[in-house]
Amino acid sequence: MSVARCVYVDGIALWAPLLPGWDAARSILRGDSEAAAIPAPRPAPTLLPANERRRAPDTVALALEVALRASEAAGADPKQMPSVFASTHGDLAISDYMCATLVDAPTQISPTKFHNSVHNAAAGYWSIASGSHAPYTSVSAYEHTFGEAWLEAASLIECEGGRALLVAYDIEARGPMATLVHCRGMLGVALVLAAERSSASRFEVSWRVDPGRDANTPARCASLVDGYALSTCLALFEGLASSAPSQVRQTLGADLTLDLALRPLQ
Amino acid sequence: MPQAIAPLRITAYSTVSAAGHGKAALIDALARRATGLRPNDFGAQPLSTWIGRVSGIEDAPLPARWAEWECRNNRLAWMGLESDGFVDAALACVERHGAHRVALVLGTSTSSIGASEEAYQRLEADGTYPPDLRRPIVHTPHSLGDFVAAALGIRGPCVTVATACSSSAKVFAQAERLLRIGLADAAIVGGVDTLCGSVLFGFNSLELVAPDPCRPFDRARRGISLGEAAGFALLERGPGPQPQLLGYGESSDAHHMSSPHPEGVGARMAMRAALERARIDASQIDYINLHGTASRKNDEVEAQAIADLLPARTHAASTKAWTGHTLGAAGIVEAAICLLAFETGLMPGNLNAEDLDPACGPQLRIDNAQGAPRHALSNSFGFGGNNCCLLFGAGGAA
Repeated sequence: MSVARCVYVDGIALWAPLLPGWDAARSILRGDSEAAAIPAPRPAPTLLPANERRRAPDTVALALEVALRASEAAGADPKQMPSVFASTHGDLAISDYMCATLVDAPTQISPTKFHNSVHNAAAGYWSIASGSHAPYTSVSAYEHTFGEAWLEAASLIECEGGRALLVAYDIEARGPMATLVHCRGMLGVALVLAAERSSASRFEVSWRVDPGRDANTPARCASLVDGYALSTCLALFEGLASSAPSQVRQTLGADLTLDLALRPLQ
Repeated sequence: MPQAIAPLRITAYSTVSAAGHGKAALIDALARRATGLRPNDFGAQPLSTWIGRVSGIEDAPLPARWAEWECRNNRLAWMGLESDGFVDAALACVERHGAHRVALVLGTSTSSIGASEEAYQRLEADGTYPPDLRRPIVHTPHSLGDFVAAALGIRGPCVTVATACSSSAKVFAQAERLLRIGLADAAIVGGVDTLCGSVLFGFNSLELVAPDPCRPFDRARRGISLGEAAGFALLERGPGPQPQLLGYGESSDAHHMSSPHPEGVGARMAMRAALERARIDASQIDYINLHGTASRKNDEVEAQAIADLLPARTHAASTKAWTGHTLGAAGIVEAAICLLAFETGLMPGNLNAEDLDPACGPQLRIDNAQGAPRHALSNSFGFGGNNCCLLFGAGGAA
């Protein structure tokens, strides 16, 4: 077995239509309350100027919402924090628009849609809106996206110290793309990870990487995000909603796993 | 100041672009100042522009055992792996360290979106993808990382970085971190991007595409020429005579999605951070391969930053007029050109530039030069204000 490493979780955020925000989600994931029957409307990206909020792509609205909430929960200044943004598929609505427009009227492509089509659009808006010159990255690893993003965020703070923001998000597939790319809804999560324990720390997480073909830990509330690309990480957030220690496994590849041991802190 | 790093040896590397299939062809094109750009002949309704198109991709299907990953981008990835003996070096590395101890970190901007574009062009009557394109893996950004991991039998951490045009520079930084904390014993980094409708018509919509072959740093430059490329590098720890990754700097402009910061704040931060991390003074930089896309704004901002940060003796130039702007592959192609400069002494100038922009300092060169560079920087800047600067050293052999 490999060496165990340690990080602290200082901020937690999650948003999905039936889990709209960490306070509601925490209660539902703990089994203290029931999810609402009606899906919540997409969050407003309050970090953006008013005239950009409505036009912001869904990925940007979702990613900025959880990034901001996790940072606030940690009392962390985005200007001081590198970030790792992760999305399995990027903005599937814009990809659908681009592919359809290329068939119908390629010279009519919207320049705004084009620059919002890059995989790092949400991360770019985050750095602009928060005024942060800190490095960010944007990664994807298909069904292992959350695990690989954790690896980069945890590596960053193990190498450089301080804190790092981890944001993962996906939205539903649209148009013909939806027949082949399987993602049925919006799910965004964010964590502020820290190298050192502080008064903001909520969990100590011992993590290790080992060969193995075990699957992701199943989530008790999986039906609330059934068919969402990032539903694979819900069990981790069930652990973070709990007041008891827990163990969660995330896949990093077909034959590599990330094991997380969560210990709540007072 | 960023944490210092132990140098990483680059024990193998490869590159395929319009300027050359393999290192020998590339260095020959650079020395002869022979561009790889040609009038745009890509797609059914080609825009009037010039492109850096890699010849022969259409006639080079993937070996049948990898049919699931078949698409233009993965074909070019395979060409890059087969070039310069890279695949043999990579397989030997996997054998030496064990499949779980080799990490794979690859960059791309659009990955195999060209396959999705094609599916939309050939939709079935019921709106579904044509049967030959019903392969989910080629319709997602990680198509590239997943294919190369399968082709090389890598079982360590595997991720695709997509930060637009800085992607395959950022991969060096992420791989260095994985190696530094011991999550892998070796890393394969690289990048692949291919021409597709999204980028040709997308950059056209932003009025960033030149009608003529691009002219980096020329006063009368009119925009970029798009290109496609693949490249890979193998990073290992420990002593040896090979060239080395000595440092890197990463930063964000926090300014605009598709336009650089007017004073190049992020670009300067990335260059300074690369020097600081390597504990190398700017006076030691012999060569810098610039981002130099030939867009009006990038070149003006980058030229001013170079004039301010580097000594007059540094040979500074962009190689985009040979390769085109290869987007997510630009970082690895230009890293390879830095490594070739150590091997051959050739430092390319700015092809197609005749009258340099007034922002250019004495560092900016039109002509090629021959020397014995020991330290080289490579700049890569992307949409979303994402900046990365790499610092390479010649190692013991030069």
